[in-house]
Order: sequence, then structure tokens, then C-alpha cells
Amino acid sequence: MSAGPASGCDAPPVGVDGILRERGQREVFCGLTGIIWLHRKIQDAFFLVVGSRTCAHLLQSAAGVMVFAEPRFGTAIIEEKDLAGLADANEELDRVVTRLLARRPDIKMLFLVGSCPSEVIKLDLSRAASRLNTRFSPNVRVLNYSGSGIETTFTQGENACLAALVPDLAFTDDRQLMVVGSLPDIVEDQLTRLLADLGIGKIVSLPARLAGQMPAVGPNTKYLLAQPFLAETATALDKRGAIHLPALFPFGAEGTTAWLHAAAQAFGVPEARFEQVIAAPRERARKGLALYRERLNGKRIFFMPDSQLEVPLARFLAGELGMELCEVGTPYLHKGHLIDELAALPPGTLISEGQDVDKQLDRVRAARPDLTVCGLGLANPLEKEGLSTKWAIELVFSPIHGYDQAGDLAELFARPLHRRDVLRV
Amino acid sequence: MQLTVWTYEGPPHVGAMRVATGMRDLHYVLHAPQGDTYADLLFTMIERRDHRPPVTYTTFQARDLGKDTAELFKTAARDAYDRYRPQAMIVGSSCTAELIQDDPHGLSLTMGLDCPVIPLELPSYSRKENWGASETFYQIVRGLADKERKAPPAVGENGPRRPRANLLGPTALGFRHRDDVAEISRLLRDLGIDVNLVAPMTASPADIARIGEADFNICLYPEIAAQACSWLERTFRQKTVKTVPIGVNATREFIAEVCAAAGIPVPDAIDQGRMGWWSRSIDSTYLTGKRVFIFGDGTHAVAAARVASEELGFKVVGLGCYNREFAREVRAAAEKYGVEPLITDDYLAVEDAIEAAAPELVLGTQMERHIAKRLRLPCAVISAPVHVQDFPARHSPQMGFEGANVLFDTWVHPLVMGLEEHLLTMFRDDFEFSDAAGPSHLGHASAAHAPAAHAPVAAEAAPVAEAAAPASVPAEPGGWTDEALAELGKIPFFVRGKARRNTERYAAEHGVTTITRDTLYEAKSHYAR
Ligand code: SF4
Ligand code: SF4
Repeated sequence: MSAGPASGCDAPPVGVDGILRERGQREVFCGLTGIIWLHRKIQDAFFLVVGSRTCAHLLQSAAGVMVFAEPRFGTAIIEEKDLAGLADANEELDRVVTRLLARRPDIKMLFLVGSCPSEVIKLDLSRAASRLNTRFSPNVRVLNYSGSGIETTFTQGENACLAALVPDLAFTDDRQLMVVGSLPDIVEDQLTRLLADLGIGKIVSLPARLAGQMPAVGPNTKYLLAQPFLAETATALDKRGAIHLPALFPFGAEGTTAWLHAAAQAFGVPEARFEQVIAAPRERARKGLALYRERLNGKRIFFMPDSQLEVPLARFLAGELGMELCEVGTPYLHKGHLIDELAALPPGTLISEGQDVDKQLDRVRAARPDLTVCGLGLANPLEKEGLSTKWAIELVFSPIHGYDQAGDLAELFARPLHRRDVLRV
Repeated sequence: MQLTVWTYEGPPHVGAMRVATGMRDLHYVLHAPQGDTYADLLFTMIERRDHRPPVTYTTFQARDLGKDTAELFKTAARDAYDRYRPQAMIVGSSCTAELIQDDPHGLSLTMGLDCPVIPLELPSYSRKENWGASETFYQIVRGLADKERKAPPAVGENGPRRPRANLLGPTALGFRHRDDVAEISRLLRDLGIDVNLVAPMTASPADIARIGEADFNICLYPEIAAQACSWLERTFRQKTVKTVPIGVNATREFIAEVCAAAGIPVPDAIDQGRMGWWSRSIDSTYLTGKRVFIFGDGTHAVAAARVASEELGFKVVGLGCYNREFAREVRAAAEKYGVEPLITDDYLAVEDAIEAAAPELVLGTQMERHIAKRLRLPCAVISAPVHVQDFPARHSPQMGFEGANVLFDTWVHPLVMGLEEHLLTMFRDDFEFSDAAGPSHLGHASAAHAPAAHAPVAAEAAPVAEAAAPASVPAEPGGWTDEALAELGKIPFFVRGKARRNTERYAAEHGVTTITRDTLYEAKSHYAR
């Protein structure tokens, strides 16, 4: 904490940098949750959580009704006997993996995903991964990362997963642009098309849709982050010699333009060409936003910390739709990657990092915002208090990046307000 | 290690949460990492509760390990007490905290909190949700029941008083607990019996203190209340009513047992609802012998099997439960119906068993609903685990006579109605009445449901198309001749799948390589025996 409050003082401990940091009960998913969208993205990967019944139950509850016959994720549930001896736990894990891979020949990449219990008992999943790699290569590539709640929050699970992929990527000297972060396929295709139209030669995505098609990386790779929660992934890419292109994140017309522009500049695209390529889609985005500006302008929004998308989304809502920001909570603030975003926020915006959920809810009640973005567990209790809410997880599952989703993104925020207006019950 | 894809039960601390969330003025301090807070959504989303569960999670992080997780626990417990001022607290560990062994109980004792603190030991690596709920309720009752407070004399100064019962077992997130409690309370009132308290649901710790003031206990949900009931039996000499009133017959027996425990005569005129007549009415003839597969928690599964067989005339072709604690009861019932009991919490094993049994109706949990959808079978939910659609806005109990009415409606609704079954057969070749139309009463199917409800038709329609093709088309792999396929196409779609499976099985077992029209009828007579 950069500035502790004097004891006995109830004022929130705002640091010298103006950021409120709290350490209390956090009401946020753990990094395992990322598996829900990652396993849809990488279509021949299996995510095996090595954890407890709680971990399995979390995945199931977060996945909701999306029950697939045999989804490409599962939990190896640690049992009492595994706790007795670690040697046996390793053997057990090998047995589970062997059976799983025999049953699922379609799997080409296996992630062993660490959880709180596996971390606490110090089950070494990186050693397990290399042991299993020797056995199953070249058919299956085995990697590991931690999605545990003691180390990762919600979207940080994707960060850890992609970071685990990076050391494994092949080397290339090619001059190329890498778009980093898992996006819905349709959005990824749209953005790639735009970048290609700008005349940027080779464009690759991390992650790729298939294990065998992961991009190569090297000193002539420049990369754009599509998501604000990829700190370790970026560090890992830097280590491989790749170069980060700092930019606003591609939310809304302005964010998308700035994001594309960063690439255009880095690849020497002439300004005239840039303008020519983006003019039409940017206009579409602006039109899409205009539909909702009236409804959202001047409305007050409160972000509880969830996905780390909060700061860029707040920038978009304030800048392009005229919303007022009561508080922008984020579980973790990566100032380096958010430097442009923070600068684009209205001056004096209260940003909070971490959480003490009861105190934060007190602030929500005091502020009575028009809309609160929060986790699934908090939404109905707030609705009952007459406060409209938006599920944070919806923003992670829905296609919201880029020009052609700008209107949809605005609509996600407008819908709860509209509903409140139409209901007479 | 056990590879798990979907689980029927959460960890035991979720069971404890179900008890705590059902109660009032009780607070649960759970030593757990942040991700475990997902459990709140079970209550606020699935059950649509309008308050957060009364649970404070310590949400320790990796950097706290080995340093001050114990301190963190104390801060969280203190803050929770100060903020919520509960009448009592329960404290315990989730799976991760169990490994770091901070001893929440010992810690809370040193804090001098101004309310009773009940420690929970819920072994996460060997036990599950129902066990956790049962153990939690038992510990709460044991910890809070005032042993001095007993039932007053049956005859007081103003003459005999009304008998009193405790209604035990309902929790938050239970399958229809809310409505069952309303239904059974009404039934008891009609019988002239007072409800001393309902617990855990709606009870406060202060209410639990007077649990001994009832004459007897009604164990509505044995999965949760059996352990507490047997302690109360020993401690307060309260009898336990054990019949679970699901179905008309069980409700009658329940009334008899309740009256015996209360020492009152069984009234002779009780409104027994419509279920009996609905089932005897002519339209229901078609229900006879419908093959039903039943899976759920032990209590609901056994009760459903009885209703299905005695009160609807179905044939039970599969019976099982996911909670091993009730395996004995399920085995006994399975023997009665002549089926192999299925005791497993492996979702894939249940799916295999359902497929093998080829039922016409599945009665199960949320999981079986998905299995049934995939296998294109009608399904009704009879047990937890449940999803948001299993918490209807309307009153919809499973217990008592009104519960029996509800069972009739919800189990029969997914099936094809009586006369309609014949009409479908009669008009099946009529171009305006193609199989694809499906049962008319399911026409209301929502967009989301429609593909599942109508999928069987699409899939099973294939043979018809082939049957219409010229005779020169070679028999499809699997050995069906065109003529046999055409015949198969004439069988009503809702039994066509079974006819096809049976014929193929018959052919395989009898070494028949080419399935002709005769094979079809040989198989039919073979399986009709
Ligand atoms: S917080 Fe830890 S124990 Fe809980 S679900 Fe996440 S990884 Fe599993
Ligand atoms: S819509 Fe379909 S699935 Fe839903 S209740 Fe009606 S028949 Fe059943």
C-alpha cells in the first residue's frame, strides 16, 4: 500500500497516485474461469485442472448451462489418498492423463492447470508436464500454468495460459504483427482483415485456433495486446525479442482507431492509406454508438473489480458515450499497459485496486449509480436494492472489440437501463 | 485422483452454505481463497435470492501463505461480526484452507466474540455437499439446542394443547424446498398440529435453541436432517417421522405416521388431490408400462420410483443415486423393481446406463436433463442438482397431495398425450401431418428448447426418406433392406428409435446379417415377451 491511512480514520486509503487500494474480502472468480472461453478458442486443446471438488464445481457453475457431451476440460480431483504421499499423486496424475488421452485422440495440446490445492501441496506441474511430454510427444504437447485463486484473478488465468505458450513458440525472423489475446473468431477475423488492408504483411494471432498452428516469434515480431490483462504474456514475448506496441485497447471507435494506428505507425503505413482504410468502418462504429449515446449520456456507472477490462471500458463509456464514472474498480492495475487508458480518463476519476467487498458495496449504495458492473454473485442483491447491474462476465464472453462491435458494446450497457424504463412491475 | 467433468455435488462447505443461507441471523466465516466466492452465485443467480449469502470469505492469497493467514482469518471474523452482529457464527475451512491448517475454531475462541461460535470440520478431500449440509445442521443443532427447553405437558391448565412438530431438512438451493415446506405446513395445520419450527430454512439460532419444545420431528429431507433427527431422538426423546411424503400413497402413510407420533386419530376425510383420478382416467391408459429411468439423490429417486410404478403405472427400467450415503435404500428399491441399482457420481456412467436402458422418459437431475436432451428423450427434473428453471415463480411442491398433482403434470407433460398417440399413427402419412410436427401440446416450446424437443423427429425421419427411394437403392450399412426401412418408417416416431435399436440388437444376437421386414416383426415379438 503506497499510503496507509492513520489508524482510526475511515477515509478510504487513497495512495499518493490517487488510486484507492484495498485489501479485504475479494468477490472475484479465480483464474480457472478462463478455461471456459480458452477451451472454445483452442479447438484441440484440453484443460485438465489438478485441484479439488471446489475447482470442478466452480468451472461447472461458471459454465452455467453450457453442458457439452464431453467438454475439453475436466478436473483431476485430489483425494485424501493423494495427500498422503506426493510420489503417488504424481503417479495418479500420470494415470489420469494416460486414460484421458487414450479416450480423446483428438486432443493435441494438454494444459495441466494448477489450483490452490495443487500449489499448496507443492505438486510440481511443470515437472509433470515435461515428464508427460516425453511420453506423449509428438502427438500431444503438454504445458502447464496456474489458474489458482491464491495467485490469479479471473482473466489472469488467460494471461498465465498464454504466457505458458510463449516459450514454446517456434523462432522466426520474419517481420510480422502479432495480435495477442483470445478473441471470438469473428472479431479476430475482422481485425486481421483491417490490419491486412493497411498493408501490414504478415499478421498472426496468439493463441491460434489449433495447437499445431501456434505462431512463431522473434526479434522482428511486433505485437499488439488485444486485452488489458496480459502482463506476464507480454513479458514472456519481450523475452523472445518481440516488441510491444503500446496503444489504447480496441474498444469503441476511438480505441479501435488508436489501436490500429499504433500498428500502422510501427509498420510504416502512410497516413492517407490509414485514413482510407478505416474511414468506412469507423463511420459505422460512430453510427452504431450514436444510437445509444442519448440513452447513456450523463448516466453514472460504477465498476466493481472483475475482469481488468474496467479501465479501458470506463474510458470508452466516458469518452465516447458521455457516461459519468463513480468508481472504476479493478482487481489489478497494470499501469504500464494502461498508461494511455489512464491518461484518457476524465481527471479525478476514482480508481480502486483490490477489494474489500463490504466497504465497496457501501460506496455503491452511497453513490446510487445508474448502473453497476459486477460479478454474478452480487447482481441480484443489488437489483433488489433498486440498482441496475451488468454482469462483468458477459463482457468477457461477448464479442466487444473493434469497430463493428462498438454499437453492441454500448448496447450491453444500455439494455439494463432500457429494461428498467420499460418495466411496469 | 478422480477425473471429473460434471459433478452432482459441490464440496462440503457448499453444503454448509446451503444451511447458513437458509437460516437467519447466522454468519459463516469461511477460510478460503477468492475463487471460492463463486458459490454466492448459486444462491443469487440459480435460486434468485435477493440477498448475498451470509458468508465472509477470508480470500487469502499466495503472498499471505506462511505469514499471516491466521491473522487474516481473525480480521475477517471480527469484521464480519461487527458488521452483521449475528446471533451465532459458524467457522470453517474450504479445501485449500484445510491444507494450511490454521484452525479457524481455535482462532475464533481466542477472539472473545460475543456470540456462540460453532466450528465445522468438513473434510473436503473425502466428503461432499450433502454430507457437509447434514454435518453442519447437526453441529448447529447440537451447539445451540437448549437442553432445558422441552415440550410442555400434553395437558396443561387449559386442557390438552395442540401437538407440535419440527419440520427439519429444508435448506437454501434445495429442490422445491420452499414449496414443500408450505405444503406440508398446511397439511399439518389441517391435521391440527402446530409447527414449532422449520429448520434450517427460516430458523434463527434463537429458534434452534427451542428445538426441544416440539413433541416430534419430521425429517423431510433425510440427506440433510437424518443425523440431527437421531441426535434429537436421543437427547429430547423426540420421535422422528421418517416417511417422505412424495406421491399420494406416501403422503397417506406420512399422515398416518404423523398422527401416530402426535397421538391423534387419523382423520377420515382428507382431500387427496386430483392425481389419483387423473391417473385412473381413460386418457392415462397410454401411460401404462412407459419405460422410465430414474436418477437423483437417494430419497427423491426412491420416492419417484414408487410414484412412477404405483401411481402412474410406468415401468421402472433404471434406478440410481449419486450420494453413496443412501446406496442401501436405493439398492433395496432397485431390487423391488428388478433393476440393477446404479450408485455412481460419474455423469458418463449415468449417460451410458440411460442409453442402454432405452427409456421413454427420464426422471433425473439437471445433469440428466442434459443427457436426455442429447439422447432426445423426454425428461423431468425430480432432484437436486438444479438450475435456474427448477425454481419456478409459481407454487410447485413435490410433497403432499398438491405435490402429487404437480408430479402428474410435470412427468406426463413431456410425453405424447393419449388419444394423440393414435392420431399420430393414423395420420402419419398425411402430408399436412408429418412426423416433424411433433406432439401438439409441445408447440409452445421456446426457441431455446425447440431444437431439443424436436430433434428426434429430424434424426428419425431419415429412414422415411430412404424408404421412399426406389427399390434399387442398396441396403444401407447395418444390413437394413429398403423394404424393412420402409416398414420402420411407418412406426410412430416416438417409438421408432427403440424399434430400430431392438431390431438391430436382435439381429446381432441371432446372427442375422440382413434385416428384412420379417426380422423387424421377429424382433418385435421377441421383445414383446
Ligand atoms: S480459488 Fe482455488 S480452490 Fe477455489 S476454485 Fe479457484 S483454484 Fe480451486
Ligand atoms: S418447452 Fe420443451 S423442454 Fe421445455 S417444458 Fe416444454 S416440452 Fe419440456
